[in-house]
Order: sequence, then structure tokens, then C-alpha cells
Amino acid sequence: MNIFYHLGRFLTLLGSGFTRPENLRMYWKETLRQMDDIGVGSVIIVALIAIFMGAVAALQFAYQLSGQLIPLYYIGYIVRDLAIIESAPTITCLVLAGKVGSNMAAEIGGMRQKEHIDAMEIMGVNTASYLIIPKLIAAVIVIPLLVTIAACVAMVGGYLAVVPTGYLADVDYLRGLTAFFVPYNVFIMYVKSTTFAFLLTAVSCYQGYYVTGGSVELGKASTNAVVISNILILFSDYLIAVLLTGY
Amino acid sequence: MIRAENIRKSFGETEVLKGITHTFESGKCNLIIGRSGAGKTVMLKILVGLFQPTSGNVWYNDTNVSSLTKKELRQIRMQVGMLFQGSALFDSMTVEENIRFPLDMFTSKTLKEKKNRVNEVLERVQLEGVNKKYPSETSGGMQKRIGIARSIVMEPKYLFCDEPNSGLDPKTALLIDELIADITYENNITTVINTHDMNSVMGIGDNIALLHLGKLVWTGNKKEVMESDDELLQAFIFASPFLQRLRDAAIAK
Ligand SMILES: Nc1ncnc2c1ncn2[C@@H]1O[C@H](COP(=O)(O)OP(=O)(O)OP(=O)(O)O)[C@@H](O)[C@H]1O
Ligand SMILES: [Mg+2]
Repeated sequence: MNIFYHLGRFLTLLGSGFTRPENLRMYWKETLRQMDDIGVGSVIIVALIAIFMGAVAALQFAYQLSGQLIPLYYIGYIVRDLAIIESAPTITCLVLAGKVGSNMAAEIGGMRQKEHIDAMEIMGVNTASYLIIPKLIAAVIVIPLLVTIAACVAMVGGYLAVVPTGYLADVDYLRGLTAFFVPYNVFIMYVKSTTFAFLLTAVSCYQGYYVTGGSVELGKASTNAVVISNILILFSDYLIAVLLTGY
Repeated sequence: MIRAENIRKSFGETEVLKGITHTFESGKCNLIIGRSGAGKTVMLKILVGLFQPTSGNVWYNDTNVSSLTKKELRQIRMQVGMLFQGSALFDSMTVEENIRFPLDMFTSKTLKEKKNRVNEVLERVQLEGVNKKYPSETSGGMQKRIGIARSIVMEPKYLFCDEPNSGLDPKTALLIDELIADITYENNITTVINTHDMNSVMGIGDNIALLHLGKLVWTGNKKEVMESDDELLQAFIFASPFLQRLRDAAIAK
């Protein structure tokens, strides 16, 4: 349908964004503001989700493994790799699409509707660049950091779920956490989180930048930002899994 | 000087501007007047480059702006200021940050120099001391003046105002008009103003273009407005029975 229209306009917008900034200091200031917004504003929700992510994974594997010949310390190993390879990047970014993405779409869309974007354009500002590039840079730096935090917190969550309850001794859990460690998996985590960060920011900015009409359209743009980001995140998650694991 | 050459603009099937040719002179208040829906805003947005015309050219002195790349257009825009109908002040910045924004972005002045310039233009629009306020903490008339201050902070050669005094009381509206006119004359700016306010037409109408259903139907200055017997102009200017009675009384004398 008009998917090619959107894709074309999306790529054009990004293309016209990647130019030499009018003033590096203004861009840097805006990037710092965005980093603060995305990072500091999201760390609590990300940690909260990660702790449950790890706890549930630990409990469910404990349940699945019970009565089998697999050693129990495997719980730590599974919690770790599940978090690193899949749940930390993917779930964190799905949540961030809802929090950060909808926020970006609403912010830029509001600026479009209130003619702030026109006002900047008339001053001579390249708005495709000034309003989008700092957000992209901030997201691509901060979101992988958040994902790192999520992965670590998930391991703590797993610990809290099985150790204090007496199901598993802490040495066993820690033994699992350090067993069969493959650094390449961390690489996969960063590839995923950087890709997802880029996607959710670019899609959300695009949705906001071309808002027309009124508050109903602004709401729709914000929703679209989340829905489309989520679909693209899951799709690229699959793609990266295929490409980087070779299965 | 800005020259529009045979400007046409269509949105889908409907043609909103039907071939407009007109010269906007420097050092003058050039008014675009017309009924609601006549195409004033669309015309202004084409002049300033926010809309591309379907056909026709816009010249700023010797530069054909319609044929410029986006990058070249941005260079020209350093010389352009615009006052939006809704003022379009950035609401998360203070008044000072708003006015300073173009300076921050495009000049290498020190903070002190920039602050001085901000105070200069705030003084020019008679709004000293509001630097630290947010736009939402000021009145509509003040926002218009802050908008003017922001649009002249870079010393533009071209100034565009979309209905600068709509939504203001008559006295404040008059002040805004005078302010824009004075700034225009002081700095020899080419100023283009959209309005359907009769006081503006009679007060600062140095060069008036009447649009009607997307066509340019009359041009002249404020003196010629009174002398003209153009039906569309008369119908537009003397729209209310009150004004019609005044005119008839004047003629009877
Ligand atoms: N973006 C757009 N898409 C489609 N049609 C538009 C668009 N902008 C303006 N129009 C149409 O162009 C015509 C002229 O609109 P314009 O806003 O220029 O009128 P105006 O003279 O400024 O009126 P007003 O005094 O009410 O502001 C209207 O019929 C309007 O519906
Ligand atoms: Mg209008």
C-alpha cells in the first residue's frame, strides 16, 4: 500500500538530517539533554522490569528442571544468557519504545502543530537534523547502557528468586552465572540494543515530524510510534538472531 | 524587494492561488488583505518558502528562491524573520532563550554580547525585564512582541507577519502595527503582512494587495483605498453597515 511512500519519506528525512550541524555546541547541549531524559528518566522502570524478568526466568527454569538430571546450578547460567541474549535488549527496548518513543513522537509532533518547526526552519535551522540527530545519538549511547543495567539487574532478580527461598545455594547460583561464558553473546546484546535504539528513535521522530491536524492525530502518531517500533524491534530481533547465531 | 511571479498553488484538485504577480517593496509595509480563505496564509508561506508553489517564481532581489536547494535556502533565511499568527514561541524556553536561540545557533558571539542584543530588542519592543519569564506566563499581546523581538534579533532584511494583530484589543493591535512599521522604516526591511484588520490597512498600508478567491484583484496604497471604486475592495473594506454609513456620510459631505 503506501508503505513505500512512508519508507521513502522516512529515508529522505534521515538523509537530510545527516548533515554538518549548524552549531556543534547547540547539538551537544541538546544531546546531553536527551541523554538525561532517556537515561535518568528510564533507569528505575528498566531496573524494575529487569528484576522481575530475572526472577521469573529463574523460577520457571527451576520448575522445568526439577526432577531432571540437569544440575541445578544451570539456573544461573540460563538466567544470565537469557538476559544477555534476548530478554534484556528486547524487553527493555519494547518498554522504552512505549516510554521514550511515544514521548519523542509527542514532543516533535507538538512542535510541528504549534509551528515551532516552521519557526526554526525560517530561522535557517535544519530541523530534520537538530530535532532528530541529538535524539538518535543519545539513544544509541544511553539505551545500550540501560540494557547493560537490565542484564545485570536480571541476574540479581534471578538470585533473589531462588537463593533466599532456599531452593539453591548462593555458591551454586554464582557458579551458574560464571559457567560457559561466551563473550560473543555480549556482542549480540550490544548489536541488538543499538539497533533497537536506532529503530525506536528514528520511527518515533518520523511519526512526530510529519504530524498534521490536531490532538487526535498527535495521539495517533504517538501510538503509531510505539506499535511500529515494537513490530520493527521484534522483526529485527529475529533477523539479528538468524544472522549472528547462524541458525 | 520581493517579487512574486505568476504564483499558482493547488492542494489536490483545488487551486488556491491562481497566478499571482506582485512586487513587495523594501522599506515599506506590504499588506496582503482578503477575506478568510482568500489564500493569504498560503501566499505568505510560499513567499517565505514553507510551501513550494505549484508553478511560478519568488525573487528576493536578484535571487530566485524557488530554484534554490534547501541548503542555499537556509543561507537566505539568515536574512528572514517571521512572526507567526500563534507567535510560535518555544514554550519550554524562557523569553530570553527564545530570542537568543537564533544567536546561539548561528553566531559566535559571547554570552554577554548575546544577552546585550536580547535586551536591545526587548527594549525595542518595549518589554524590558521579562527575560526570565516563560511564554505561558505572558499575555497574548506580549507574546506577539516577544515574537517580533525574536524575528528581528538577527537584523533581517525580510520580515513576514501572519495576522500580527488578530486576537488583540484595538489599542494593542495599533501598537503592534506601529512597532512593525517603525522597525520596517528604521531598517529598510521588506515587510509583508497578512491582515484583515481595517485599522492596519488604513494605518500602515503602504502597498496593499487584495486577494479574492486566489486572485489578485486590487493593488494600491492606503490613500488609493479611499479613492478607489473597485467593487470587491469596497465590499471588503466597508463590510459592516457601520462603516458603510460612515462612508456614505463622508460622500454626502
Ligand atoms: N495545507 C493545506 N492543505 C489543503 N488546503 C489548504 C491548506 N492550507 C490552506 N488550504 C486551503 O487554501 C485556502 C486558502 O487558505 P488560507 O489559509 O491561505 O486563507 P487565509 O486567506 O489565510 O484565511 P484566514 O484569513 O482565515 O487566515 C483555503 O480554502 C484552505 O482550505
Ligand atoms: Mg490565514
